[in-house]
Amino acid sequence: MTLEIEPRRSALVVEHGARRHRGGHVNIDDGERWVSLVGGSVLAVFGLSRGGRAGAVAALAGAALIYRAARGHSQIYEALGLQSEPTHVAPVTSLAHRRGVTVRRTVAINKPVEELYVFWRDFENLPRFMRHLESVTCDSDRRSHWVARAPAGRRVTWDAEVVEERTNELITWRSLDGSDVQHAGAVQFAPAPGGRGTTIRVSLTYTPPGGKVAAVVAKLFGEEPGQQVHEDLRRLKQIMEAGEIPTISGQPRGDA
Amino acid sequence: MKALCWYGPGDVRVERVADPTILNPHDAVVRVTRTAICGSDLHLYGGFIPGLKTGDILGHEFMGEVVETGTASTLTRGDRVVVPFAIACGRCFFCQRELWSLCDNSNPNSATLEKLYGYAGAGLFGYSHLYGGYAGGQAEYVRVPFADVGALRVPEGVDDEQALFLSDVFPTGWMAAEHCTIQSGDVVAVWGCGPVGQFAIRSAFMLGAERVIAIDRFPERLHMAESLGKAEVLNYEDLDVLEELKERTGGRGPDACIDAVGMEAHGTGVSAFYDRAKQAVRLETDRPTALREAIQACRKGGTVSVPGVYGGYADKLPLGAAFAKGLTIRLGQTHVHRYMRTLLSRIERQEIDPSFVITHRMSLDDAARGYRMFRDKEDECVKVVLRP
Repeated sequence: MTLEIEPRRSALVVEHGARRHRGGHVNIDDGERWVSLVGGSVLAVFGLSRGGRAGAVAALAGAALIYRAARGHSQIYEALGLQSEPTHVAPVTSLAHRRGVTVRRTVAINKPVEELYVFWRDFENLPRFMRHLESVTCDSDRRSHWVARAPAGRRVTWDAEVVEERTNELITWRSLDGSDVQHAGAVQFAPAPGGRGTTIRVSLTYTPPGGKVAAVVAKLFGEEPGQQVHEDLRRLKQIMEAGEIPTISGQPRGDA
Repeated sequence: MKALCWYGPGDVRVERVADPTILNPHDAVVRVTRTAICGSDLHLYGGFIPGLKTGDILGHEFMGEVVETGTASTLTRGDRVVVPFAIACGRCFFCQRELWSLCDNSNPNSATLEKLYGYAGAGLFGYSHLYGGYAGGQAEYVRVPFADVGALRVPEGVDDEQALFLSDVFPTGWMAAEHCTIQSGDVVAVWGCGPVGQFAIRSAFMLGAERVIAIDRFPERLHMAESLGKAEVLNYEDLDVLEELKERTGGRGPDACIDAVGMEAHGTGVSAFYDRAKQAVRLETDRPTALREAIQACRKGGTVSVPGVYGGYADKLPLGAAFAKGLTIRLGQTHVHRYMRTLLSRIERQEIDPSFVITHRMSLDDAARGYRMFRDKEDECVKVVLRP
């Protein structure tokens, strides 16, 4: 089952404009439509046989699920900006389809392209500014082992390989088949005009462990992936420009 | 150590807290020898700036002696330094353009400010968690981030009270006057004769103003502006400021108007009452009485310069007047780093002794009383300096 969360809805509306504006388009994949149909039917039968107010509610909910399965469209998914039916837009990153959580963010850093490229290309540096990463270990020039902190205090690991690299321009990587987490990333480096350092464009995709439910919960409870990447890139900028990440943790204060 | 902590609107107390330590490579710890209460601290004291937490240490005007340095600091123990209120990394796009108070890298809580303002400015000492939540300098010791960029060594021959105001109010008054791009013959009007207003008056003359007209309602502040600042003075409770300014400028209006009052302006008449009422029920965060008047009073093609602090939303600004008259409006937190060195040399050359604004000296232990006196203008209070 695939899932897409749109941290920057406006950007994606442009991309999928034609699909979005029709309204009522298919946003549930086949497997889930079957689950809805079966679940809805069970609920409807249960409700009708039980009778009373609670039974009526259950029957109505069942009917709604059957209707959802028939149309292949979920109002709730639409409101949340979710889509479980795969879209076949060519991805910036290197996963086969737009699977999982995809986030794109940009940052301007007052340093030359070369310096930033070298820093990023050493993936072992990434945990210094990507807060959800615990460590990255490079097994070879192209292969690396990633350890990340997942929701609910869990830890997930995967192996990744560099897919493409163009010195001082682009690095893309993706997790190897058989990993618990599917992850892909792309980073582009471009000199900013007027000697204004470098513009870095990052695109990261994760299919989170726990699948859709975990991702929905993460979104509802504020672990907004777009903001996370924004903060990651801010820390990269702070390390590269200022040589440190500003902090107040550990400073004195009066008793509350 | 002892430090002045905030516990709620109107409630500040000197408490025992832990000593600060080095947290980052460019940090230094300074033993504070003098610190002052700023007019903008009163906005915090009154609860007009959001983002303070119980127990936060206030204070952004301070100086002292370096007692500890981080691994990347270029300062040495024993250096006597004065520290800018804004924290700047010195290496980002903004710092390199001398826009120090807009530093990209010094605010650990940029995300919140970005939601409010679109983009976040520099971290400030003791000025709420919107501006980074840094512990302030109304304390015995203070941690100074990016001390190698900000802290300025004070030479022998310049005493603490002369150097202290390089941290904020002198550069703030100076930048306000510099923003007026004063030409020979210019008349500059200054709303507010608190410390920033006093330094704006002095700076306007140093930058070549022909005349400065100062506006306030407290006789002692007007007296200071007149006797030490050589300004003409207007008490807005006694006369119609707009008419009087017109009258005194041959009907043309002042070439530049400085709002050294900010978000908690007092005024007279219907509009002042309207602002007080709206601010009281939090429908308006800022009372822009002085700014409205400055825009209205300014001559065509003139400049309105705003060193007074604004934090949120203000009603009924006469934007039409500003547009119709083609005004230039300049504002923002002071880029203290840009001015400290040149102003220090003016002090060394005895062109100005900034200690003229001090009316009250007390121990840090009495800081809570100092806040109250300063807010209520008790005992003709203009500027309180604390000694830890």
